[in-house]
Amino acid sequence: MSAFWALVARDIKLAGRLGGGPFVGLGFFIIVVTMVPFGVGADLDLLSRIGPGVLWVAVLLATLLSLDRLFQADFEDGSLDLFLMSPLPVEAQVLAKCLAHWITNTVPLIIAMPAVAFLVNLDTDILLPLIVSLLVGTPSLSFIGALGAALTVGVRRGGLVLSLIVLPLYVPALIFGAAAGTGDLMGTPMLFLGAFSLASLALAPFAAAAALRISVS
Amino acid sequence: MAKSIQRFANPARFMALSGAVLPWAIAATALTLSVGLYLALIASPPDYQQGETVRMMYVHVPSAWLASAGYASMALACAVGLIWRHPLAFASAKAMAPLGAAFTFLALVTGSLWGKPMWGAYWVWDARLTSVLVLFFIYLGYIALWEVIEDFGRAARATSVFCLAGAVNLPVIRFSVDWWNTLHQPASVARLDGPAIHSSILTPLLVMAVGFTMLFLVLTLVRTRTEIMQRRAAALEMQQAQAGGM
Repeated sequence: MSAFWALVARDIKLAGRLGGGPFVGLGFFIIVVTMVPFGVGADLDLLSRIGPGVLWVAVLLATLLSLDRLFQADFEDGSLDLFLMSPLPVEAQVLAKCLAHWITNTVPLIIAMPAVAFLVNLDTDILLPLIVSLLVGTPSLSFIGALGAALTVGVRRGGLVLSLIVLPLYVPALIFGAAAGTGDLMGTPMLFLGAFSLASLALAPFAAAAALRISVS
Repeated sequence: MAKSIQRFANPARFMALSGAVLPWAIAATALTLSVGLYLALIASPPDYQQGETVRMMYVHVPSAWLASAGYASMALACAVGLIWRHPLAFASAKAMAPLGAAFTFLALVTGSLWGKPMWGAYWVWDARLTSVLVLFFIYLGYIALWEVIEDFGRAARATSVFCLAGAVNLPVIRFSVDWWNTLHQPASVARLDGPAIHSSILTPLLVMAVGFTMLFLVLTLVRTRTEIMQRRAAALEMQQAQAGGM
């Protein structure tokens, strides 16, 4: 278990020290949200109505942006080969990497959410359900993303294909997440979102580990 | 060398068998499709409510059926390939992908053309339509993944893992019209208590469904044979290059 946490700590440390780390994703997220009023018009009523969906889509895109580094850096410097030979099961390693990815990439977005939400004129009483829906739903984005990242590791121009294969699998999270972000805390969409997150937690690490072994073999 | 002979042992048998079956399968497909088209477009009555536009259904429903059945057989082939490491299974899954994508596209296009007179809009964000659109994207992702990974074995296994992951969308499509009460009508053919449509419409529909399925099988056979022949040609080329280089 200590190896697991060591891997989590390593990835968090690396994310903080390399290339601006979480702030790139955060900046991208804020810019995407800012772009929306330019695109749909600055009607505050309309913005507050589409707010939860816009924020969810922006989180999803920011996550997507960070995915191709999930295994790529380790693949390039050879540490991925060493990881695959280590006694810690690959599935647990994927889990550790997803956890670190979620902490370094998604948590900053959720922390920034109250500040960003006013850009789309979000009702203050929707803010709490929205943040809960993000806390419940975004881990699934990291897990499914890990599968996509593992499939495309070592592939030239893999980032484009990564988005093509990962985005369709994100659709359920987006549907239930945006619906849960507007409703009550224990409503049906929130429960479905939780079920989706748990299912991806249970299945994706195995699929991603299998994909990693294939990609590196 | 011994390994490559072993590898082609089964495909050789497949080539012989499929080569013998193929002409008959093509003839049967052409017959079924022409009978089905006659029944669907000429012999069957127009619907009392929808008029002549109901004929759209005879293309739409079989395409939609093949969109998901094609994906299901692809996922099955991928599972077989991953478990028993059978290159033939991978080749057939690869062959099925563009066909399934084409039928999915056809289902979406005919559905949207049918939607205009029925619902008043070419596209509505209905649960069934959306999940089939996602299926189309998954097909595209699968094909794209095949294209970017150069090594056949690695590409085959990676795409198979993705194909199996994408298969979770299939039950969502199947039950989307029952779970969410949306515009698309609920299942009326494959129901536990028997079909809910009249036989004058059901018969041409079933004939068309059989014809479409046979077309899918024939095209899958042809494409799998092409895939095997291409790999053979590549292997021969490699051999020749090696012999020449020595």
